[in-house]
Amino acid sequence: MIYLDNAATTRVRPEVIRAMVGAMEEGFGNPSSQHGPGRAARALVDRARRQVSGLLGVAEDRVLFTSCGTEAINWVIEGVRRASPNGHIVTSTIEHHAVLHAVERAVEQGMTATYVSPDATGRIHPEAVREAIGKDTCLVSIMMANNEIGTLEPIEEIARVCRDSGVLLHVDAVQAAGHVPIRAQEWGVDMMSISGHKFGAPKGTGALYVREGVVLPPLIVGGGQEKNQRSGTENVPGIVGMGMAAELAMQELPDEMARIEGLRRRLIAGMSQVKGVTFNGNEVYHLPGVVSMTFRGIESESLLLLLDMQGFAVSSGSACSAGAGEPSHVLASIGLDSISARGTLRISIGRENTMEDIEALLAVLPGMAERLFALSPLVRGNQ
Amino acid sequence: MYTETVIQHFTNPHNSGVMENPDAVGVAGSPECGDTTTLYLKIKDGVITDAKFQTFGCAAAIASSSMFTDLLKGKTLAEALKITNMDVVKMLGGLPDAKIHCSVMAEESVKAAVDDYMTRQAKNI
Repeated sequence: MIYLDNAATTRVRPEVIRAMVGAMEEGFGNPSSQHGPGRAARALVDRARRQVSGLLGVAEDRVLFTSCGTEAINWVIEGVRRASPNGHIVTSTIEHHAVLHAVERAVEQGMTATYVSPDATGRIHPEAVREAIGKDTCLVSIMMANNEIGTLEPIEEIARVCRDSGVLLHVDAVQAAGHVPIRAQEWGVDMMSISGHKFGAPKGTGALYVREGVVLPPLIVGGGQEKNQRSGTENVPGIVGMGMAAELAMQELPDEMARIEGLRRRLIAGMSQVKGVTFNGNEVYHLPGVVSMTFRGIESESLLLLLDMQGFAVSSGSACSAGAGEPSHVLASIGLDSISARGTLRISIGRENTMEDIEALLAVLPGMAERLFALSPLVRGNQ
Repeated sequence: MYTETVIQHFTNPHNSGVMENPDAVGVAGSPECGDTTTLYLKIKDGVITDAKFQTFGCAAAIASSSMFTDLLKGKTLAEALKITNMDVVKMLGGLPDAKIHCSVMAEESVKAAVDDYMTRQAKNI
């Protein structure tokens, strides 16, 4: 099995598993307890907080642990809604559903929202954000990297726009963290959400950075953990795992970015030879490992299935599963019609992939595409 | 999620491609998900002598068209019209519930092809 769906999730790294086993065997105490085992568990959580804050480039006491990226995102949007129930949110049309659905719910409850559209490469322009900000705007929420097409957004410039306007900025960095450098504090980001399983930590781990001076009401109340901001006994093994994954990702970032970018280039060069294939996203500003390609006239589910049978795990841009077959909102936002959106495949390269994996894929994917193109009534020359 | 028979028809579709000088062409689409299929028939003395298809759709849609074209050969037009998508689903060993609608398009392409044949015949009268 060659796993090329690292944007969906990553395998938990062996070093992370070892750290987590240690946390369960030795660090089993409750971090709130005063005794030795409690203090040992507290020390593990503190260390993980330093590791994660390092990855985000923020002060170490401003990182709060959550159960996942979605919780962190919901916390921000619902928290802002409680503080400003009639306020206005600016976000984009290509956000993850965690943001879009949380904003929709806030709108149902009395807020208003403006959705900024990206350009055809998926870039959200800071000036478009500036134009969308009005006198009632209390939050801008923009993703750092798009999960479907890999485009990186100009967060530093958007943060400047928000600062000029006196509006809070939340950045969904779920897809970016661990894969590209982040300097949230230096950029002036107010809040940032991340998820551990996207960079080698287990599922069920997430974190929210909240800049000093920003007060976000807690959504989960109880025993007062996480400085009374997020109650519930800490998921010590998960937190330790995310901390370890963050430290490893940071150490390896410069080398891994260059290596994975090389694999990406080879994949694009190889697939460019196949007639009828086009690529989505931004050639300059992108995650190193995400390649979105469109086979217009083919349904990507067919390619996915053929690849799966050959032992390759990839993802489709959008799937016709429940009969509704809704094309991806991201692909629609960058101007793909439904036929193109339905022929879009996402290949996401991760730290375990090698050039051999890419060559193996290039040995089979063009032939599969040619066979399916020949079968399609939509391909020119086939009629 | 798919049966062995579906996978076989999907990976090696029978009767796929364009037909030269067909006697009838039927195009059908699935409004639910935007799939589309084109069916080509050769017809002699009211009997289907050859069938070919092209499909833009998922594995279930491709396998359904493949199975349908197998069944059409040698049938009279009246017999062909009696084959339903559920007959084909049964012969495929079943389809996931969410994919049943993908087989309807193949049945509709037969109806469209017969309509096309009748229109062509009417012109010759």
